[in-house]
Amino acid sequence: MVKNEKIAGFIGKKTLRLASLLVLVCFASFMLIQYSPIDPVRAYIGEMPVTPEHKAQLEEYWGVNTPPQEKFLNWAGDIIKGDFGTSLIYRMPVINVIKERFTASLVLMGISWLFAGFLGFVLGIVAGAKQGTWVDKAIKIYCYALAAAPTFWLALVFLMIFSVYLGWFPIGLSVPIGVTADNVTFFDWVQRLILPALTLSLLDVAKIAMFTREKLIEVLSSDYVLFAKARGEKGMDVVLRHGIRNVALPAITLQFLGFSELFGGTVLVEQVFSYPGIGQAAVAAGLRSDVPLLLGIVIFSALFVFFGNLIADIIYEFVDPRIKQQEASI
Amino acid sequence: MSTAVVTVNRGLFRGLNLRQKTLLIIGSTSLLLLAIVISSVFLEGESLQTDFGSKNLAPSLEHPFGTDWMGRDMFIRTLEGLGLSILVGGFASTISTVLTVILGLLSSAGRSADAFVSWLVDLFLSIPHLLLIILISIGMGGGATGVIIGVALTHWPSLTRVVRAEIKQLKTQEYIHISRNLGRSKWWIATKHILPHLVPQILLGTILMFPHAILHEASVTFLGFGLSPHEPAIGIILSESMRYLSAGYWWLAFFPGLSLLIVVLAFDIIGENLGKLMNPKNAHE
Amino acid sequence: MGDKVEISTKNELMTAFKAVAGNKRKTEALLNVEDLSLSFTQYASGLRQTELKVISNLSLQAYKGEILAVVGSSGSGKSLLAHAILGILPSNAKLDGKIEYDGEELTQARKEEVRGNEIALIPQATTYLDPLMKISSQVIGCVERKNEGLMRKLQREVFQRYNLRPEVERMLPHELSGGMTRRVLVSTAVISSSELIIADEPTPGLDEKTLNETLSYFKGMADRGCAVILITHDIEAALKISHKIAVFYAGTVLEVANVEDFKNNGENLRHPYTRALWNALPQNRFQAIKGHQPMQDEVTDGCIFYERCSKKKALCSQGIPQLKQVNGGMVRCNNAA
Repeated sequence: MVKNEKIAGFIGKKTLRLASLLVLVCFASFMLIQYSPIDPVRAYIGEMPVTPEHKAQLEEYWGVNTPPQEKFLNWAGDIIKGDFGTSLIYRMPVINVIKERFTASLVLMGISWLFAGFLGFVLGIVAGAKQGTWVDKAIKIYCYALAAAPTFWLALVFLMIFSVYLGWFPIGLSVPIGVTADNVTFFDWVQRLILPALTLSLLDVAKIAMFTREKLIEVLSSDYVLFAKARGEKGMDVVLRHGIRNVALPAITLQFLGFSELFGGTVLVEQVFSYPGIGQAAVAAGLRSDVPLLLGIVIFSALFVFFGNLIADIIYEFVDPRIKQQEASI
Repeated sequence: MSTAVVTVNRGLFRGLNLRQKTLLIIGSTSLLLLAIVISSVFLEGESLQTDFGSKNLAPSLEHPFGTDWMGRDMFIRTLEGLGLSILVGGFASTISTVLTVILGLLSSAGRSADAFVSWLVDLFLSIPHLLLIILISIGMGGGATGVIIGVALTHWPSLTRVVRAEIKQLKTQEYIHISRNLGRSKWWIATKHILPHLVPQILLGTILMFPHAILHEASVTFLGFGLSPHEPAIGIILSESMRYLSAGYWWLAFFPGLSLLIVVLAFDIIGENLGKLMNPKNAHE
Repeated sequence: MGDKVEISTKNELMTAFKAVAGNKRKTEALLNVEDLSLSFTQYASGLRQTELKVISNLSLQAYKGEILAVVGSSGSGKSLLAHAILGILPSNAKLDGKIEYDGEELTQARKEEVRGNEIALIPQATTYLDPLMKISSQVIGCVERKNEGLMRKLQREVFQRYNLRPEVERMLPHELSGGMTRRVLVSTAVISSSELIIADEPTPGLDEKTLNETLSYFKGMADRGCAVILITHDIEAALKISHKIAVFYAGTVLEVANVEDFKNNGENLRHPYTRALWNALPQNRFQAIKGHQPMQDEVTDGCIFYERCSKKKALCSQGIPQLKQVNGGMVRCNNAA
C-alpha cells in the first residue's frame, strides 16, 4: 500500500515538474530569441531576390508586427498541437528534421554511452582496487588528460590518425543536406559511426572511471569491508563481493545524470565528423538563424536531459535499498 | 605528542614533505599560466604577421609549432590564443562567481527566495550546457560579446548548488540561532556569519570553473559562433585547421589543441592541490 | 639504547614467568599483547604533517575460557586495539610492540591467516554489514563452492540456536531489528569456530533483556573454551560476566583487575583511576572524577593519569610507571604495592 502511494506521488511530482519545466524552457528561450537582433524574415530570405509584396507576406507570416506575448501564445499553442513550424534551412517541418536527426544522434550517443559506461566502470574498479600502484596512476593520468582534452580537438586528432594517415575511414564523412538516411547503405552508416562514437565515448570514460574509482575507495574503507577483511576475505575477493555490488548503482545513476554533457559532446563530435545528427542541425540552426528549428531542438534536448534525470531518480528512490535504510534510520 | 614528521618522498620530489610538494606544484603551475598570459599580452598583434615565403612549414626549431597557409607562426598564434582563452575564462568565472555569491546570499534570505534560486538552477541545468551557451550568445546578438556573455552566464549553477547546500548546513549551527535570537537581521547574519565561511569554498569553486569556461569558449568558437576569424582564438585556429587536414598539415591542429589541454589541466591541478591544502582529510592516500 | 635494555629485561621476565606457569597449559595466554603502541600520520589544515598517538605501552593477556573486558570511555581508541590485533588498520597507521597469539608472534601475514578462522571480530553496528548483500551470504562469508552446502547447514544451526527465523537468511541488513542485528553479528563469529573472539562495543542501545541475552552469548562462548575480549564502555555490563577487567585510559591499560576486586567497596583495586571509576558507579557513591582524559595530541612525560590523580608524587611526573604484578593483577602505578 505504502509503496503504491509512493509511486503515485512520485509520478505526480515528476509530471508536474516536467510540465512546469517545459513551459519555462519554452518561454525563456522564446523571449531570448524574440529580443535578440535576429530578423527571421532576413534569415528566411537569405540571398533570394524578393518583391516587396512577398516580403510583407513573409513579415505577416513570421508575425514581425504582432506583440511578443501574442506571438508566444500562438507559437506555444502550435507546439502543444505538435506543430513546431517549418525549418528555414531544411525547408521542411521542424518535427520531421528533429525526428530524423535525433534518431541518428541517439544511435551515436547510445553506443558511446554504453561503451563509455562499461569501459569507465572497469577502469574505475581496477584503479580503485589497485589504489596507489602504477596501474592506478596510469589510469588516473589517462582520465585527467581526457577530461581536460577539448572534445573537438580529440575528434580532429582521431580524424588525422584514422582517416588521413591510416586511411581507414573517409575524410569527408558528410552527406549533402537533403540526402536522407534511406539513401545510405548500412555499411556507410557503420563507417560513419565508428570514429564519432569512439571519440564521444573516450571522453565520457574519464568521468565515470574517476567516479567509480572514488566510490570504490570509499566502499573499501567502509565498516563492512573492514569487517569482511577481519573475517579473512582478501584483496580481489573483497572487491568482487562487496565493491562491485555497492558501486554499480551509483555509477549507473551517474551515467544517466550525464545526458546533458553527452549531448554537448555529440554537438562537437558531429560537427567535426559531419555526422548528420541533431548536434549538427543545432549548430546550423544557430549559425543561420533558423529560429523554429533551434527552439525545437532546445525543447527536445531538455526532454532528453529530463529523461536521464528521471531514470536516475527512479534508481535512487526505488531500486537502491540503501535509501530505504537511511529513511528508516531517520 | 604532536610532532611534525618529515616523510621522504621517492621520485621527483625527493626530500620534500607533502605540504612543500603541494605548494611547489601550485606555484610552478601558476607560474606557467602567468607566463602564457604575459607573453600573449606582449605578443599582441604579432600573430597577424604573414610571411608567404614560409607557408605551411612543418614544426622546426625556428617554428616549433609550424606555420600556416599564410606563413604565420603557429607557436605565436597559439600563445595568443591561450592568453585570450585564459582571459575569457577568467572573466566568465568571475561573473559566474559573483552570480553564485548573490544567489547564495539570496537563498539564505528566506524560504521563497531559496525556492526561486533552486528553480533557477534547475532551469539552467535542464538544457545541455553547450546548447544553452549557443542560445544565449544568439540571444545577445552573437559575436564575441555574445559568446563571452553566454559562457559567463552559464557556469554558476553547479557552484551555486554546492553553496546552497553549505548554507543550509551552516544555518543549523548553534551560533547562527543565537545571532538570530539576539535580533540580528538576516542581512547581518548572511554577510557576517555565512559569507566568511563560504569564501574558501567559493574561491576554490572559481578556480575549478576556469577549465570549464575555457573549454566551452573554445568549443563555441570552434563551432563558428562568436569571435571573428582573425582573432587568434584556439577555437578559430582549430576550425581553420580542419580545411587543411586532408593535406596532411597535422601540426595546425595538434599543437594548439594540446596546448589548450595543458592549460586546462594546469587549472585542474591548481584547483585540486588547493583543495588538498584546505581539506587534507584524505591526503595520506 | 635504554629502551632496548628495558625490553630485553622484560622479555627475560616473561620467559621466567612462562617457565613457572609452563606446565599448566591452560594458564598460558592465548593472546599476549606487550607494550603495544599505535600512532597515525595525519595531515592538518595546510597539509602540515602530524603524528597522532592513540595507543601507548599497552599490555594485556587473554586466556582460554575467560572473558577479559577492556573498559574505557567512548572514543578513547579501544576499537583500534581490536583492529590492531586483527591487522585491519588503515595504511597511515604505525604499530609498535609485540602481539603473540598461541605462543607465536602475530605478524601481519600471520594475522591475515588467522583472522576469520581463529580470531573473530564481533563489530558494533549494522554498518559493518554489506547493505546490499543477503544476510545468509554475509554470515557464511567467502567460502569455496564445495564447502558452501556444509556452511549453509552450519549457518541454519547457528540461526536456530540464536532464535533467528529462517526468513532472516534472505533479508538485507536494513530489514533487521536491533536485536536481530546483534544476533546476526554474533552468528558470524560463532560459525567461524574461532578460539579468540573480540567483541567491539556489543551492547550500546540495547534494552535490559536484549543486553542480558547478548551477554549470555559471550558467557556461552567462554564456557565452550573460547577466549573472549569484550571491549566496552559499560563497566556494569562488563562486571556481570567478565573474569578480568582491563581498565583502558587515554590509550593505555592502567590496570588489569580480577572481577572479585570490584567487590567489598573496591578496596582491592590497585589504581586510583579504577577506584574513581568504581566510585562513579550509580550503586556506589555515584561520584564523578574531576577533569578529563588528556587529548591525544597532548604531551605527557610521566604517568598519563598524573593531572587527575589524588595520590600523585614527584616521581609520577617523571617517566611512565612500570607495569607491576600486584595481588593477582597488573597495574601501572607507583603507589601500588
